[in-house]
Amino acid sequence: MTTWHEFLQEEGRPPAWPYPIRFGEERVIDTDVLVIGGGIAGCWAAIGAARQGLRVALVEKGDTVRSGSGGPGCDHWCNAPANPLSRVTPDGWARHMADRPYSNGIGIQIQCREDFDTLLEMEQMGGKIRDTENEYVGAEGRDDKTKFMISPRYGTIHSYLPDPRMGEPGFNPPETRNNVVIRVWGSTFKPALKKECRRLGVQIFDRVMGTSLLTEDGLQGGRVVGATGLDNRTGEFLVFQSRATILSTAGAGSLWLMSMELCGYSNMHSRAISGDGTVMAWRAGAALTKMESTGMIMIATGYKHKWYSGAGDASYENVPLVDARGRRLPYPIQGWEDAGAMLPTPGVEAEIRAKILKGEYELPFYGDFPAMAEVERRATWNLMLGEESTTRIMIDTFSAAGFDINRDLLQSYKFIEGQSLPQWRDAGYGGGVLVDWNLKTTLDGLYAAGTQMFAPEDHSYAAATGRYAGRKAAAYAREADPGKISRGQVEAEKARVYAPVKRSGGLEWKELHAGIARVMQYYVSEFKTESLFKMGLDALAKLETEAVPRLFALDPHKLMRTLEDLSMLEYAKIIIEASRARKASSVPLNFQRIDYPEQDPEEWNKFLTIRQRDGRVELGELPPDFWGDMKEQYEAHNRDYTGVHREK
Amino acid sequence: MSKEVFAIPNVPTPGMPVTFDPEICNGCNHCVEVCSIDVYIPHPQKGKPPIILHPEECWYCGCCATDCPRPGAIRFNWPLQARPYWKNKKTGEIHQL
Repeated sequence: MTTWHEFLQEEGRPPAWPYPIRFGEERVIDTDVLVIGGGIAGCWAAIGAARQGLRVALVEKGDTVRSGSGGPGCDHWCNAPANPLSRVTPDGWARHMADRPYSNGIGIQIQCREDFDTLLEMEQMGGKIRDTENEYVGAEGRDDKTKFMISPRYGTIHSYLPDPRMGEPGFNPPETRNNVVIRVWGSTFKPALKKECRRLGVQIFDRVMGTSLLTEDGLQGGRVVGATGLDNRTGEFLVFQSRATILSTAGAGSLWLMSMELCGYSNMHSRAISGDGTVMAWRAGAALTKMESTGMIMIATGYKHKWYSGAGDASYENVPLVDARGRRLPYPIQGWEDAGAMLPTPGVEAEIRAKILKGEYELPFYGDFPAMAEVERRATWNLMLGEESTTRIMIDTFSAAGFDINRDLLQSYKFIEGQSLPQWRDAGYGGGVLVDWNLKTTLDGLYAAGTQMFAPEDHSYAAATGRYAGRKAAAYAREADPGKISRGQVEAEKARVYAPVKRSGGLEWKELHAGIARVMQYYVSEFKTESLFKMGLDALAKLETEAVPRLFALDPHKLMRTLEDLSMLEYAKIIIEASRARKASSVPLNFQRIDYPEQDPEEWNKFLTIRQRDGRVELGELPPDFWGDMKEQYEAHNRDYTGVHREK
Repeated sequence: MSKEVFAIPNVPTPGMPVTFDPEICNGCNHCVEVCSIDVYIPHPQKGKPPIILHPEECWYCGCCATDCPRPGAIRFNWPLQARPYWKNKKTGEIHQL
C-alpha cells in the first residue's frame, strides 16, 4: 500500500496530516544575513556569508540537500577560464560572453574571475571534480596531470550554435581549443553544500517558503530589514529580522503551461520554481529588468518526450545521430568535431525535414552509442548524462531495463513528437532583479544571486555569484544597524498568507494556475500587440478580483501551492507591463511586436527597468553596458578578494 | 464479488511515479526528506513505505530513488507516455521500457 487511494480503501479513512498544524502561529528569528532560496546560489551565499563569522539563516522551500535546478546534479562547470588548462583569459572570456546582447556583464565577470576558485572549494567540501579513479583514461579532453575532464562545449566560441568555421579542414584541433568547460560529478555537490552550511553553523530552515520582504517602516522602496516565511508542512509563520538579505530563488517555470496529466508540470522545471523571489523584490519596490524577454520551452514539456533524446532536443556529447537505416544526420552533436555545438542552424533543420518528407531520412532517429570509442561512450553515458540533473535516474532506469550502450541505439523523439508551440513559453529567459557590482539590488539591505538576477547563466554562475553575494552582504551586515520591523507590514502579510485556509471550499490552486497559463498563452505569446497586452492585464485583473478571493487550501502544502499561484499571477502582470514598455521588436529578447515590427532599432538598444512605488508602476532605462569596464569595475570592488578559501 | 464499492473521485494521474518494495524498504523516510516538492508523506505506521500523496506534482528528478539508502527499495515507475525506446544495432530489435 503506497498510494493515497490504497490507504483509503484499506483503512477506510484518509491518513491524518502527518505534521503538527500551526496556522497563524508565529516564530521570530533574528539573524545577520538571511538567504532566501537554498539552491546552488543560496547555499554558496550562505557559505560565503558564514565564513565572515556572521549569523546566517537559510530559507528553502524544499530540503536543501537536493533542492533547486542543480540539486540532482550538474555535468558541466561552464565558463571556467581561470582553470589551468584554459587557453582564454578570465577577463577576455568575460568580455566575449558579455558581447551577447542583454547579458549580465557583472555576473559574467564574477563567474569568469571566481568560478574556478569556487570549484576548488567545492572539491574541498567533498564534491568530485576530477577523474580521481582513472575511469576515463584515454578520453579526449582528459588531462592526465590534473585529471580534469575538459568538455567539448564552447571549444571555439561561446554558443550552442555551430561556429561558422565548422567543416573547414583542421577545425577545432586539440592544441587551440578554449578548454573553458570542465565535466564534473555534480550529483555530489548539493549534499556537500548542505553539509558545509551545517558545519559553518548556518541555521537552515527547510520546507519554508519565503512570502514577502519586510522594509523599514513598511514602506515600498525602503531598506530591507527582514522577510516572512511559511512552513509548508506545519503552516507556521516565520518572521526573519536580518541586517542583510540575499534573494536566490528561481524564475517562474510554468507560467505558460500547466498540465499535470502529462507528467509533472509540463516543463523541465519543478513546481517550486514559481517566481516567488522576483515577486517579493517587486512588492518591496526593487527594480527588475529584462522582464519582457521570454522564449519557447524546447524540451520536456510533457507534450514532448521527457527523456533527453539527441540533437535538436538536447544533444549528448559526441553521440552521432543516425536515422532508422543508420544514415548519419547532419546534426551537431555537442562534440569535438563541432566544438560543442548542439543546435542545428535553421538551414540544416529545414534540410533534414525536407529529406524526411521525401523519404531520404527514415524516422525515428537514434543516438548511435555503439559507433563511439569505448571510453567516450562511457564518459558521455556515465559522466555527462549520469551526473546531469534529472538524467541520472533516467540512465539508471535504462540500465536496469537492459539497455546497453555498447550494443543499443537510443531513440530520439525529434520530429515524431512535434515542435513546441510558440504559446508554450518559459519566463526563464533572463528577467530578474537588477543588481550592481556588489550584487546589491536597488534596495538597501537586499542582494541577489544566481537565477534571481537578470540575464542569469548556469550552475557555475549561480555558485560563483552566490559566493560573491554572501561575501558582499556580510560586509554590509557587519556595518548595518538591526532594522526595525513594521508590525503593520507583518500583520498585512499574515492576513494575505492565511486567507485561503479560512475557506473550506471554492477554487483550488490547480485551476488558478491553469487559468493564469491560459491568459499568458492567449495574450503574451507569439502575437504581441498593445491591445492584446491590455486584454491580458484585464484577464489577470479578473482572476485577481473573482478567482483569488475564492481560493481555499486544506493543508499547509496546498496553501504553499496557492501562494505560488499568487506569485505567478503577479509575475505575469510584471511581464505584461514590461512588454508594453518596449515599443520595438528584438531578436535577442525573443520579442516580436506586430505593432512595432522594427527589429532592434538603435534607440531601443537598452535595458528597460521596472519597479513599483506606492503601488504604481515606474519605468526606467539603462544603457546596454551600464556596468562599465568589467575588469576595472571588478577590481575596484574586490581589492580584498583572496581567492580560494583556506580555513584559518 | 462481494467487495463494497465506494464512490471515489478519479485518481490523479500519472499516479504512481515510483513503486516501493516493502520487503526492502524499512520506512526510514529518507525519500520523504529528499523530495523537494513533498510528493510523499510518512506512513502513520512506523516502518512502512511512505504514502504517495502528490504524485502529479512529481517532476521526475529521481533524487528519492538515487539517494535511497536501501538499494532496490524504490523503483522508478515512468508513466506509460514517457517510456523510452531503444534498438539493438545489430539485430534491429526494438525495445521499450
